[in-house]
Amino acid sequence: MRIPLSWLREYAPLPAGASAEYLMETLVRVGLEEEAVHRPSEEITGPVVVGQVLTAEPETHSNGKTVNWCTVRVVPEGQPQTLTGEGIEPSGVQGIICGAHNFGPGDKVVVSLPGAVLPGGFAISARKTYGHTSAGMIASVRELGIGDDHDGILVLSSLGLDPEVGADALPLLGLDDEAAEINVTPDRGYAFSMRGVAREYCHAVDAEFTDPAAALAERAPADNGEGYVVAIRDERPIHDKRGASRFVARSVLDIDPGRPTPVWMASRLRLAGIRPISLPVDISNYVMLELGQPLHFYDAEKIHGPIEVRRAEAGETLETLDGKSRELDPEDLVIADSEGPVGLAGVMGGASTEVTGATRHLLVEAARFEEVSIARTRRRHRLPSEASKRFERGVDPEVAPAAAQRAVELLVELAGGTADEGVTDVRDRRYPHEIAMSVHYPSARIGLEFTEAQVERALTEVGCTLARSGEILQVTVPSWRPDLVEKEDLTEEVARLVGYENIPSRLPVPPAGRGLTVEQAARRRVLDALAAAGMTEVISYPFVTQEENRLFGTDDAEQPVRSLKLANPISEASGYLQRSLLPGLVQVLRRNHSRGFRDLALFETGNVFLPGEQSGTSTIPPVGAKPAQGILDELNAGLPEQPRHLAAILTGHDAQPAPGVVPRAYDWQDALDAARIAAEAIGVGLTVRQGRHQAFHPGRTAELHDDAGHLVGYAGELHPQVLKDLDLPERTVAMELSFTGLVQGAGEPVTARPISGYPATTQDVALIVAEDLPAAELLATLREGAGELLEDVRVFDDYRGAGIEEGRKSIACAMRFRAPDRTLTNDEASGYREAAIDLARSRHDAVLRG
Amino acid sequence: MDMLFRGRRPAVAVPGAGTHPARGEPTESDPRDELFMTETSPERAETAPDPERVLAEMTDVLENDPDRGLERVRKALSAEVERALGSIGSETPDFEALKAVRLRFTGEKSPISLVNRQMRALSKEHKKEIGKVLGQARGRLTQALEARNAELEAEHAQRILVEETVDVTASAGRRGIGGRHPVNTLQERAADVFVAMGWEVEDGPEVESEWYNFDSLNFKPDHPARELQDTFFLEPVGAHTVLRTHTSPVQMRSLHRRRLPLYVVCPGRVYRTDELDATHTPVFHQIEGLAVDRGLTMADLKGTLEHFARQMFGPEAMIRLRPNFFPFTEPSAEMDVWHPGAKGGPQWIEWGGCGMVHPNVLRAAGVDPETHSGFAFGMGIDRTLMFRNGVPDMHDMVEGDIRFSEHFGMEI
Repeated sequence: MRIPLSWLREYAPLPAGASAEYLMETLVRVGLEEEAVHRPSEEITGPVVVGQVLTAEPETHSNGKTVNWCTVRVVPEGQPQTLTGEGIEPSGVQGIICGAHNFGPGDKVVVSLPGAVLPGGFAISARKTYGHTSAGMIASVRELGIGDDHDGILVLSSLGLDPEVGADALPLLGLDDEAAEINVTPDRGYAFSMRGVAREYCHAVDAEFTDPAAALAERAPADNGEGYVVAIRDERPIHDKRGASRFVARSVLDIDPGRPTPVWMASRLRLAGIRPISLPVDISNYVMLELGQPLHFYDAEKIHGPIEVRRAEAGETLETLDGKSRELDPEDLVIADSEGPVGLAGVMGGASTEVTGATRHLLVEAARFEEVSIARTRRRHRLPSEASKRFERGVDPEVAPAAAQRAVELLVELAGGTADEGVTDVRDRRYPHEIAMSVHYPSARIGLEFTEAQVERALTEVGCTLARSGEILQVTVPSWRPDLVEKEDLTEEVARLVGYENIPSRLPVPPAGRGLTVEQAARRRVLDALAAAGMTEVISYPFVTQEENRLFGTDDAEQPVRSLKLANPISEASGYLQRSLLPGLVQVLRRNHSRGFRDLALFETGNVFLPGEQSGTSTIPPVGAKPAQGILDELNAGLPEQPRHLAAILTGHDAQPAPGVVPRAYDWQDALDAARIAAEAIGVGLTVRQGRHQAFHPGRTAELHDDAGHLVGYAGELHPQVLKDLDLPERTVAMELSFTGLVQGAGEPVTARPISGYPATTQDVALIVAEDLPAAELLATLREGAGELLEDVRVFDDYRGAGIEEGRKSIACAMRFRAPDRTLTNDEASGYREAAIDLARSRHDAVLRG
Repeated sequence: MDMLFRGRRPAVAVPGAGTHPARGEPTESDPRDELFMTETSPERAETAPDPERVLAEMTDVLENDPDRGLERVRKALSAEVERALGSIGSETPDFEALKAVRLRFTGEKSPISLVNRQMRALSKEHKKEIGKVLGQARGRLTQALEARNAELEAEHAQRILVEETVDVTASAGRRGIGGRHPVNTLQERAADVFVAMGWEVEDGPEVESEWYNFDSLNFKPDHPARELQDTFFLEPVGAHTVLRTHTSPVQMRSLHRRRLPLYVVCPGRVYRTDELDATHTPVFHQIEGLAVDRGLTMADLKGTLEHFARQMFGPEAMIRLRPNFFPFTEPSAEMDVWHPGAKGGPQWIEWGGCGMVHPNVLRAAGVDPETHSGFAFGMGIDRTLMFRNGVPDMHDMVEGDIRFSEHFGMEI
């Protein structure tokens, strides 16, 4: 909402010389946030004055163009020119070449003298053209930034102006005014008007406010049964509210269609962000901005029979003012005459009854339409308008007669019309809303001791009427504040009028807390561990394509993949929610790669979205009450599973070459390590099995299981074809695991193991086994066979080739034995080793390598 | 200190240097001087036969010169020792040379070995005399050789340390630390401030029921406030499922899940249909706080925010509240923080929204607004990071360029 200062000043005591900045600073204290300053004078500098054309001689030049060589008096006759500067004639008469022809000697015009700068940085100087020195410019409205018309220059008499020659043209055209733009929150519909902002300004500076609607309302005649026939008939109310609760209709006859909009009105409208169109339209907008009541003017000669406010019938259409034919919905509220809809109530008027340059008689509508009805129609037809914006937020139902009166008065005064005596004022119901509140309640909620006088005064100032009985205030809220519903709303009024800056500080003491949950603590530890291991955490968007979900978001490519789809995605292609973090990481990896980084180890944690059978719910419970548990369960059943995942992707080398540093290329083990580090950081053991996943290299994929044997993820080298398709570096490796799954195994207390101080005995064994026997399985067998004194066993070599028959491999293991209570002899250890070999022999057909 | 000093001398011994490295500074009684004098003394040179020959022919000397023989042998032996010590001192720059000197003076063909070999033939008396002198000579020789050997070893060890010198400034680090994303680090830090006060951290789903995201928080259907949120809806349309537009639904879930009093913060990722630009991103992060207890007031809210602000921006930080509107709070306020370390000087910066929990929100949670009250607040994490840490562009936050995270490392 833009507030021209000259306009606000009519209703609020703005100090002399107040700026838009001052106004914004003041209003922010009561909750109207500052947005911007609009100051046309910043666009125009230098001398721009009223001039009178003395002579205008048409001259046709060799290019075929006829221009006027004019002399223009820019100081009053007989007075000296006080301005100086290059190109400014001391005589007070400037010679100017002008291409327009819509003026003649005697006309008063706006002259930009040399040295002036017009909007758009257009600098004026004396220059030679068409054989003359043209010292200045006779301006058009477009050049002055106050209109679009540039065919002709601005003849001031056309605006009804006859100023003195030499006068500064800026104040004359309202260009010295400025506007503060403020943000009006959705609860304060009344502040979409000078009337509302003036009241807020008075709150902010603690000044007396006089409601401009009050005097108008007093002048406004009541319904006399002789006005236009209007009926409100709503057979399909929304939320039990009829679509219209008040309709005031007035008629103005015999307006003069040729009258221009006065300069002060046009300039205020422009500053407020509304383009002047024609006098009647400008008056309706002006009154709306002034009082917050949207108006609609009908060409009275185009309406047929009585007016009815009703819901549209199925199949009805309406051509709106923007020239579009619209199919109406049975929920749309319309204004209809005997021939059908003539307007979308509160949203946009119809073309058939439009006020045009030929309109002589006007029917003025000032109505109160219901918020929800208007909001739905506006959304349905995508027709946001100044009117709908106000109706959606709630228009003061009591201001309609005053607004109609104001419009009628302006039409009489400015357009030369005659007010018809007939007055229609149909109202559906009144809105007296009352709230009972203890006078101490605001203090109890704010933590600041308000005096009773402060409470009563604040409420009175915002327009409430109070009745007191004991401690209890019976508060009747003003008609323009439909947002005041509960004690808390009144509490805010008291607090903001007294001033939020007076609220003291106090630190509340909660009961002893539990600290972080196991999951929350685990998450931090895992992320810190991966970063400490040299990897970089990134964040990416969870929006993916269905193909990406099919590739990374499932380990069963045979089955159809269920993905959540956004109804209104940013990019149609990536309109799905991720089932895997890898598509995001792939993108981040590619971006870094393209920026010249070849060695990358990235990780990310985030939620993935795995929809189940049910998606959403067909209805939702109402506001302001706790739904039954069954309904809450239903809401939750409609949500997808959203486990937290952890993923990593690596490419290139673990270091850059340097003296004493030989970089090592990342391979599948680094992906596996990332998973291990994550698991170990939270004390969960990972079991690795040979695995398969369509996104991974079929021979280099590890399936990761937790202690309980649940599959929690995959790690390994990405499939070469996938790398090619995704334009990723060769041998890129990755891992992804369900952090939610992994953390299930975390948080249990760790039981210490006794540490034996006796020396260990190490024995190696090389066994020839089938090539496809996983090493992990062989190790498990050795562990089982060797018994409990085997402290550790690990593979230190995997050999295939010469000396080993086809289809077999030699796995060399180091076994470390240690007893808790004695020094083990070599013989004893050898015995356990033999036992281990025996079990491997019988279980895996293992042969001791000689 | 002395050893250390000597250890730093040039590794190669300088022959003929005035000092004997094994013995320190020369003394007046240095036997070499005596030997030198002996060998170069003109009157002796004439009379004294070659000591080597004396030793080689010891048996004869003793037999042929019974009066002075013994004395001549003793002198010759002494001269031989002095000669050896001289060589050890001046001709052994390295192990190789030392070995040669050892061989020359103690090897099979050395005069001393020759003396030894002749011992059997000596008379008992001579045997005793010569044996004693020979033992002393050998002792002195062995000691000198060992001392020189130790010296060479020390020099060698020293040389290796010098040779092994590297340029430590050339290292760029072999095992660099990676980096956390600062948005996540900041979320953790913010949560820590509250956990330290006894608050708890709550999480909630990102795909959320419209009821939790809007209606439960007193966003009425068709109210303009609902549209301000630029919501991502999920298909099928009409199934009332959204990507949460704020972390506030976690408030409601906490109230349903937990008992009163309740003091929770909810950090997390939220979504709005904004295009990515320098200050907007469709995916961003918030931290939300909610306290519901008996008798909580807006003063408690302000005190909590002030404490939080001081933890995040330093002890000079302050909080300013301005009236505003949010459906889920009444009274509502916009909060500004006085940021003493802001880029361009200390200033008020818009930080977030807050207020007293709206009675309809309490009702939706099954809490009686007559017995309990609460306050809530929320701020953008990404935005906070922008002005707290001077991040110039939202693109940096979301693009995943490793330079961004790595610059922060584990810190913010």
